[in-house]
Amino acid sequence: CCGLLAALSLHITFSLSLSLSLSLSLSLSLSLSLSLAFCSQDIRNTVGNIPMEWYKDYPHIGYDLDGKKIFKPIRNKDELDEFLDKMENPDYWRTIHDKMTGTDVCLSDEQVDLVHRLQQGKFGDVNFNEYEPAIDFFSNEVMIHPVTNRPADKRSFIPSLIEKEKVGKLVHAIKMGWIKPRRPKETAPQYYDLWAKEDPNAILGRHKMHIPAPKMRLPGHEESYNPPPEYLLTDEERQVWEQQDPDERKLSFLPQKYLSLRAVPAFSRFIQERFERCLDLYLCPRQRKMRVNVNPEDLIPKLPRPRDLQPFPTLQSLVYHGHSSLIRSISISPSGQWLVSGSDDCTVRFWEVCTTRCLKTMEVGGPVKSVAWNPAPSISLVAVSYGENVILVNPGLGDRLICSATDQLISSYEEPEEVKDQQVQWAVPEGKAQEQGQRLILTHPKAVKQVSWHGRGDYLACVMPDDGSSLQVVIHQVSRRRTQNPFHRNKGAVQCVSFHPSRPYFLVATQRYVRVYNLIKQELTKKLMANCKWISSMAVHPGGDNVICGSYDCRLAWFDLDLSTKPYKVLRHHKKALRGVAYHKHYPLFASGSDDGTVIVCHGMVYNDLLQNPLIVPVKVLKGHIITHDLGVLDVAFHPTQPWVFSSGADGTVRLFT
Amino acid sequence: MGGLQKKKYESGSATNYISRNKARKKLSLSLADFRRLCILKGIYPHEPKHKKKVNKGSTAQRTFYLLKDIRFLMHEPIVGKFREYKIFVRKLRKAYGKAEWGTAEKLRGNKPGYKLDHIIKERYPTFIDALRDVDDALSMCFLFSTFPRTGKCHVQTIELCRRLSVEWMNYIITLRSLRKVFLSIKGIYYQAEVLGQIITWLVPYQFAHDHPTDVDYRVMATFTELYTTLLGFINFRLYQTLNLVYPPKLDGKGEEESRAESEEDYAMDSERYMEVLLHLFCHSRFSHPCFGSLQEKLFEGLKFFLNREVPRESLAFVLRCFGAQVSWDKSLCIGSTYDVTDETITHHVVDRPSLEKQYINRYYVQPQWVYDCVNARMLLPVEDYFVGVTLPPHLSPFVEEKEGDYVPPEKLKLLALQKGERPEQEEEEEEEDNDDSEEEEDEDQSDDEDELKGMEEKCRVCRPIVLFQASSVKVTPGEAKPVNRQRAEQEAKAEEKRLAVMMMKKRDKYLYDKIMFGKKRSVREANKMSAKRKALDEASKANKKKKLKK
Repeated sequence: CCGLLAALSLHITFSLSLSLSLSLSLSLSLSLSLSLAFCSQDIRNTVGNIPMEWYKDYPHIGYDLDGKKIFKPIRNKDELDEFLDKMENPDYWRTIHDKMTGTDVCLSDEQVDLVHRLQQGKFGDVNFNEYEPAIDFFSNEVMIHPVTNRPADKRSFIPSLIEKEKVGKLVHAIKMGWIKPRRPKETAPQYYDLWAKEDPNAILGRHKMHIPAPKMRLPGHEESYNPPPEYLLTDEERQVWEQQDPDERKLSFLPQKYLSLRAVPAFSRFIQERFERCLDLYLCPRQRKMRVNVNPEDLIPKLPRPRDLQPFPTLQSLVYHGHSSLIRSISISPSGQWLVSGSDDCTVRFWEVCTTRCLKTMEVGGPVKSVAWNPAPSISLVAVSYGENVILVNPGLGDRLICSATDQLISSYEEPEEVKDQQVQWAVPEGKAQEQGQRLILTHPKAVKQVSWHGRGDYLACVMPDDGSSLQVVIHQVSRRRTQNPFHRNKGAVQCVSFHPSRPYFLVATQRYVRVYNLIKQELTKKLMANCKWISSMAVHPGGDNVICGSYDCRLAWFDLDLSTKPYKVLRHHKKALRGVAYHKHYPLFASGSDDGTVIVCHGMVYNDLLQNPLIVPVKVLKGHIITHDLGVLDVAFHPTQPWVFSSGADGTVRLFT
Repeated sequence: MGGLQKKKYESGSATNYISRNKARKKLSLSLADFRRLCILKGIYPHEPKHKKKVNKGSTAQRTFYLLKDIRFLMHEPIVGKFREYKIFVRKLRKAYGKAEWGTAEKLRGNKPGYKLDHIIKERYPTFIDALRDVDDALSMCFLFSTFPRTGKCHVQTIELCRRLSVEWMNYIITLRSLRKVFLSIKGIYYQAEVLGQIITWLVPYQFAHDHPTDVDYRVMATFTELYTTLLGFINFRLYQTLNLVYPPKLDGKGEEESRAESEEDYAMDSERYMEVLLHLFCHSRFSHPCFGSLQEKLFEGLKFFLNREVPRESLAFVLRCFGAQVSWDKSLCIGSTYDVTDETITHHVVDRPSLEKQYINRYYVQPQWVYDCVNARMLLPVEDYFVGVTLPPHLSPFVEEKEGDYVPPEKLKLLALQKGERPEQEEEEEEEDNDDSEEEEDEDQSDDEDELKGMEEKCRVCRPIVLFQASSVKVTPGEAKPVNRQRAEQEAKAEEKRLAVMMMKKRDKYLYDKIMFGKKRSVREANKMSAKRKALDEASKANKKKKLKK
């Protein structure tokens, strides 16, 4: 019995080693032990598991159990024999070469079967059942016999320390609030009547301050899927739309027309627009903007109607043609019958006002800058400035007595005994010039821009603008042929000067200021701030308390000398630079001429009551002059008695508006 | 004298504002949480009057909040919840990192959440306040309810949005408070009047969205969270005013029960509930006939059948709001009540070029007819809306033209129809009217020019007298010029005005110029539109004539 058991165990070990070696040396290379089992003769090689090529050069191949050499079998088979064997021998496929003994072994059927089984991953023994029913020894059923006879451990009787530690930790964590019990499920309804009790006290100051977000703009016709055709963009508009920055576009989408509702696709920017709205809601600063809802009519000041303020010039009635270049200056004779104009074509022309007839043309040696008729009615004298000269002309028009009296007045001059050195040369023209009417020629050191008479007609002020020079204004006394330089020092370039009509004041306008000097006291009385960049012209109200200044920056400033040194009113009527301003002698009118080709006549009523401010109402815009070389009206002058205004322009005409 | 020198930026506006970053630090919140808090609490930035002062002399771009607002945020319980949530996320991450699944499970079971009830109550102390702000909430809910149930946001949110929007629509149907509808290229605008508040919302067309990449869905989700809460409470209140149970129950069953009952019949239980709710609710016992005024009974007694290609939900909603009976194909959706073959159907809404089988005793109209009728508050003639007919333009009912604005001729026609005039006569009159008005406008524009011309003419009249003409002195009989006294008066007035305008103060002049500029621009735009229309009309007329000749 014992021997049988041993044999069985041997068999088992053998089959196990077989399976092991096979699994190692992959299928076909069979090990020595395999070949051993089937050989009748025990020629076991004892060299062990060594590379057999070590015996390549020896005649033997190893040693058997007795220590004798195992000789290599004589191999006389060449390739051809091998091939023939392969073709002819039916057992060739099951013949393998045993490297250990160098012999060819033919496998039996059982052996082939075993190889196949091993290749398939089955057990080598056919009869071995790998799925025997399992017997659960350690089941819940108490058996009569114990499975093991081992006595129970001590630890199974005493409480576990590790468990105690773990439980203690958990208890501690619960105590400390580190582990929270599972939260009970919410049972209250999700929605309920939130505003059941509307508490007026709940409305806090916050809510009063809160600015609700403006609602989304409601869509217009252009957003319709089928808008009226005029709301669709034309190709050009579409191009413009596409080129515009998305922020600048008036419409955030392209209006489109679909023939039926079926054809309307999804709006691709829908989510974006909603998102942008969200961004607006929480990112946009909100501000309450008070929108002024003003009726524009209410903004217009209530002024007396112009027709209630008549008379004033309303129509262009006469045009004086003759000059070939722009007319810089005009002046009316004190009688109102004659008009003198000086032009850039180097002529001075004398016109009869009513007939527009040019009575006299006088050529001078340069473009005429300024003409001024002597305001004294008993003297017929015109001052004409061109270049550095000022000539006094007796036009010989009108009352002959006056003309001859004037001539006499000038010729009656007697040379004083002691001749002073004057900056201005006084000369008496001769020959042709004398015949033309020129009576005196005053040669100045610099070009004269403006001449201005004193109201009495004896004094004549001349302006020679030159920034900062001490000699900019000179005052001539005609009767004594004397020249004075009233100012030792001039601040800035003098633009124009004017005598005060009633008081011994002298007004000098520089670029920004008008200075009023008292000639008797020889002091500065007032300095008027014109609030403009560059004064172009100035006129004094015949009452003497008001001054208007025109400036190149389109403003007309009205000064009330009693009120302030700042303008009482600044008018911005004109669109371009003002060139000339004038007051009417009797009527409450003043006019301004500008480069925009218009003359604006305003009603400027000055009241005797000092408490009442002057009333200024524009009454008429007179158009007529043609703008040439960007110049329109260059000078304006009022008729001394009638409510008529003359204007001279760059188009070479003088126009009379009545 | 003496005293301490006053330091800069320690009083006044500099202390009233706080920059966003500082506010965030003060609340010790992350930017995302701060944003969420601002959205929920309705806190918005403020633009200080003197930015540089507030910015402590720096000109860097900063967002400023009122310090008061931030202080107000500081004792908001939700801030604590945010922190709790942050801690929860950290713990959970840690548990996952250590592979402590039990801990993670436990943590998840105790996930902290928050409720927005108190915020709603605080932001809207009265119900009317809440109703006033419901526009955006509705638009958002309707948008979210169309989202696909994948990614982007939680399915629960989408379902909730859908439920709330359906409930809202039910309320509108029951109360018949829909006022205006507008089919725009963006979607469908609805306007309803609820408790005296005008509420407008926009519903996108039923298409899949291609989700944009430049949109932060977290912001949208936060808004939706707020809006769903708000809308839920509003719906509750509205249903309560109608003595209805909220959430509504079908045949005495709630959502859960009905879901459990019919699991086999319908694919998505929640959807089924919505559908049934929407389509059966209205003509059940809940409808209140007492609410309808004449205008609200617009489609009363009419029976509509919707073809399968028309937007069913929108049309059913609108039609039911005005008292019509609606049905559709059984296979299309739940809730159809009668078949196509029903002889009593009065209108069949079709949106295809032609229909094979037509019944004699019903009108086949395109869907625009329904919407136009609602906007016009009357049944428009169906002839313009028959199948295959080119539709008349669909006008926005929200535009209220002021004087001087451009009014499209279709609108004028509609107004005439509403007054009860016959359309043909009106057309001619209109054209005349248009011409007249245009002429008048032209006159206005050319007033100045005319005056100038007039003056020039006068000059020309004067000149022959004045000019020195030695030769050919002639006396010709003069012609009496007709003097248009009215015209002259007008001109005088215009000139008077112009002169008065010259005397305006600088400040007033600026304002006046601005107003006049705006007026002129609107006039110009209106003129442009009418000219465009005229040209288009003429072109179309010419085309028609050509066709006739052929």
